[in-house]
Amino acid sequence: MAEQETQEQSSGEPSGERGIYEGLAYYLMAPAWVTLFVFLVVPLGIMLVYSFLTKEFRGGVIWEFSLAAYDQFFFDRGLFGDEPARIEWTYIGIFWRSLWQAGLATLLCLLLGFPTAFVIATRSGRWKFVWLFLITIPYWVNLLIRTISMKFLIRDNGPLNEWLLAIGVLDKPLHLINTDFAIQLGLFYSYLPFMVLPIYASIERYNFALSEAAADLYASRWYTLRRVIFPLVKPGVVAGCILVFVPSLGAFLAPDLLGGAKKFMIGSLIEEQFKGNIGNWPFGAAASMLLLSLVLVMLTCYALSQSRARR
Amino acid sequence: MKNIRRIFLSAAVLCAFGAAQAQAAGKLSVYHWFEYIPQELLDKFAAEHDVEVTMDTYDSNEAMLASLKAGKLGSYDVAVPGDYMVKILIEEGMLDSFTRSEMSNFDNIAPEWADVSFDPGRKHSIPYQWGSTSFSVNRDHYDGDINTLSLVFDPPAELSGKINVLDSQAELLALASIYLGIPQCTSDREELRRLNALVQAAKPHWASFGSDVAKDVLVSGDVSVGMIWSGFSAKAREEGAPIQYAFPREGYIVWMDNVALLKDAPNRENAIKFMNFLLEPENAAAVTNFAQYTDGVSGTGSYHSDAVRNSPESNPPASPTGSFVEVCSQEVQEVYDEIWTQLRQ
Amino acid sequence: MSRRTNFRHFPGFMALGLLCMFLLYAPLIIVMVYSFNDSISVTRFDSVSLRWYRDVFFGLEAGKFRQATFNSLTIAIGAATVSTVIATCASIAMLRAGRFRGKLLSFPLLSLPLMVPEIVTAVATLIFFSAIGFAAGHATILVAHIVFCIPFAYLPIAARMQSIESVYEQAAQDLYASRWDSFRLILLPLLMPGIISGFLLAFIISLDDFIITNFVKGAGVETLPTAIFGAAKQGIKPNIMAISTLLLLTSIVFVSLSYMFGRVESNNKRE
Repeated sequence: MAEQETQEQSSGEPSGERGIYEGLAYYLMAPAWVTLFVFLVVPLGIMLVYSFLTKEFRGGVIWEFSLAAYDQFFFDRGLFGDEPARIEWTYIGIFWRSLWQAGLATLLCLLLGFPTAFVIATRSGRWKFVWLFLITIPYWVNLLIRTISMKFLIRDNGPLNEWLLAIGVLDKPLHLINTDFAIQLGLFYSYLPFMVLPIYASIERYNFALSEAAADLYASRWYTLRRVIFPLVKPGVVAGCILVFVPSLGAFLAPDLLGGAKKFMIGSLIEEQFKGNIGNWPFGAAASMLLLSLVLVMLTCYALSQSRARR
Repeated sequence: MKNIRRIFLSAAVLCAFGAAQAQAAGKLSVYHWFEYIPQELLDKFAAEHDVEVTMDTYDSNEAMLASLKAGKLGSYDVAVPGDYMVKILIEEGMLDSFTRSEMSNFDNIAPEWADVSFDPGRKHSIPYQWGSTSFSVNRDHYDGDINTLSLVFDPPAELSGKINVLDSQAELLALASIYLGIPQCTSDREELRRLNALVQAAKPHWASFGSDVAKDVLVSGDVSVGMIWSGFSAKAREEGAPIQYAFPREGYIVWMDNVALLKDAPNRENAIKFMNFLLEPENAAAVTNFAQYTDGVSGTGSYHSDAVRNSPESNPPASPTGSFVEVCSQEVQEVYDEIWTQLRQ
Repeated sequence: MSRRTNFRHFPGFMALGLLCMFLLYAPLIIVMVYSFNDSISVTRFDSVSLRWYRDVFFGLEAGKFRQATFNSLTIAIGAATVSTVIATCASIAMLRAGRFRGKLLSFPLLSLPLMVPEIVTAVATLIFFSAIGFAAGHATILVAHIVFCIPFAYLPIAARMQSIESVYEQAAQDLYASRWDSFRLILLPLLMPGIISGFLLAFIISLDDFIITNFVKGAGVETLPTAIFGAAKQGIKPNIMAISTLLLLTSIVFVSLSYMFGRVESNNKRE
């Protein structure tokens, strides 16, 4: 969504150079600037500062510069902290696992979400309304409720296993809960509607006369999909991917409720530093900063590649 | 246009309504473990003293400490820390003190809990409940000998992957130390390495980490072995889980939770009233009948339900005995944190 | 026209679409069905009853959930209202006020809450309030939600504004309407569908939020998601399912409402 907007805006003023409310811009922007600056940019700045402070035992910070948090993230000095430094794989591993899970969830959402969006966009009349209505409802249903529902469904003696046993497909319960697969299922299920809606909005704008033209030039159906439709609806696909990927990366509910909180994901690792057993604020701040940088770098890379492609 | 106006109008009305909600004469803000006090008892206190009681819950001593440290100190009146956490809160200067003359029921405290090492002379806290931490086993899934900690730390193949452990670093590592026969909070490197190796090797056998889920996973049958607190296990049994609570021969953890008066309590007077209220035998017994541990108040016996009186969880055998969780030094705690992070990797 | 192909049809897409719907709805419907279960055991289905709905409204925990619902609603209404006003002003500045200094940075700033992972916003907000010594409570949740909701309110409003040509307002001004009048009488009514969907989106986002709320909520302030999370961790009991079902129905009502607004809008357009 955001990406599209940027493109449209940078490609020129829609209403010409002369704005109607010229001169009022600062007054109109001020509330947004102030709110976002004071309550988001400043907090992020303070978090950055905290990541360079010394930890206070059992939570909190001491105002003394220290690189300990980043050192802890990247270097392993053994159980007692006095061995020669080696690369620390623990946290990189946790980040990698989260990235991998989020990436897979995005891919799965795309594989199922694109055809769904396509089907919705190509219905007409009442059926389109029904499909759209049905896809919107899960989007508006509380994420927590949906995760809880999934947990209930797949637990060892939940309805799914009960039925599969009853109809004789299985002879012992399928163990899904508290596995990586369950986390994946939860992420996929949580964010699927986020993928469908932006793609639908893009396909809706697609002119099917182009498909016809492609067919006249003997392009096959799938070739048209790949080379004509897909490039044109790409902004929607990208928006959908971002809307699935970013929240999956920092997801907390699915790993906690469906994954049994057994392995840290980025979200739970950070949470543990502030609300859990380990009260290491600078480290939590540093891990948050690294996660934030990772996301922003990825988004910037994408934005740059887009503007280069346009030139 | 009309619609939007209506939305804003109803928003304004709702907000105004929120501001003008009925207020009781006083307030009391309790920070408590989850599922640890019957709502009826809170209502009874509220009615007797015309106090509006609000309660937030936590699921580990460490979570409570973290949240108090993150700025909640000053917004709660009382919390219910375990023994070692009382000691930590005192060290951190996070508790207020009171004198025994402030509570008419102070002398109801059972003599063995009146002067305790974690709060000498009971200046900051009163007893709430005491019990033990070990584990329960689903007897439909496993019928072997259960009184050994190896069921958690080195389980037989049939139980592997069917174990939940508490999401509590202090209790898990203390239990692991007991299993290894090494002192808690040991600073001996060899022993710490063994501790690390033990939990690392045990981890693949564990299905999940969770404290608030500890009862549910046993009731639902998601796991066959669950590290759990004694009374919580009794409640799971009452809810139909075919489980038996173990008193492992290597030892287990005993603990006492205490109602502690927090520093900068906004309603100190009501907090004292609440603590006094909880020392009333009838009320203390009501907690016991609900939470199914044991209270630290004299004269509660006649109020106890039969279920509690005869509960196998609350009547441990004469031996082995349990031990309290110890507070580690910062150096050892940092190693523990490292072990914990590696464990959850 | 020898080979008449339907360009709108791809083999297999319909099946995948139906699968998608099935996956989305199966868990919700099952929870809905089980919420009418009379048994206290969640896995065995005994007989149909409204027992757990009674429990939700009149049971022991009813007070807690009522208070949480009230908190959630007031916070969501407050956050959605404020963020919608902020977003409306900002979108006028961005799209109707020509060039100004800082415009280039304004869009990234407005969408920043979308780009920052929620857990990071939560941590930053927690540290911020603890650093300035501001006691957590309703206010902290409200502020955090306003920030978080701004882009969600902004995007539909800006999208709508882009589709409205400024010729109408220019015409009004040529006829000596003041800027306030041209805003009030022309732009605002045309913009209203965008504002409403922005408001609704912000409202639902605020109502839905768990991670940030969980970090910044103050003593005794529970919102519906945090209350449900706390209860669900201790076991998915039938009363949780009843609450879930009620929330699901609320969502359906909301979606229907927003569609009704959409309908009115497209009818107006046609006229």
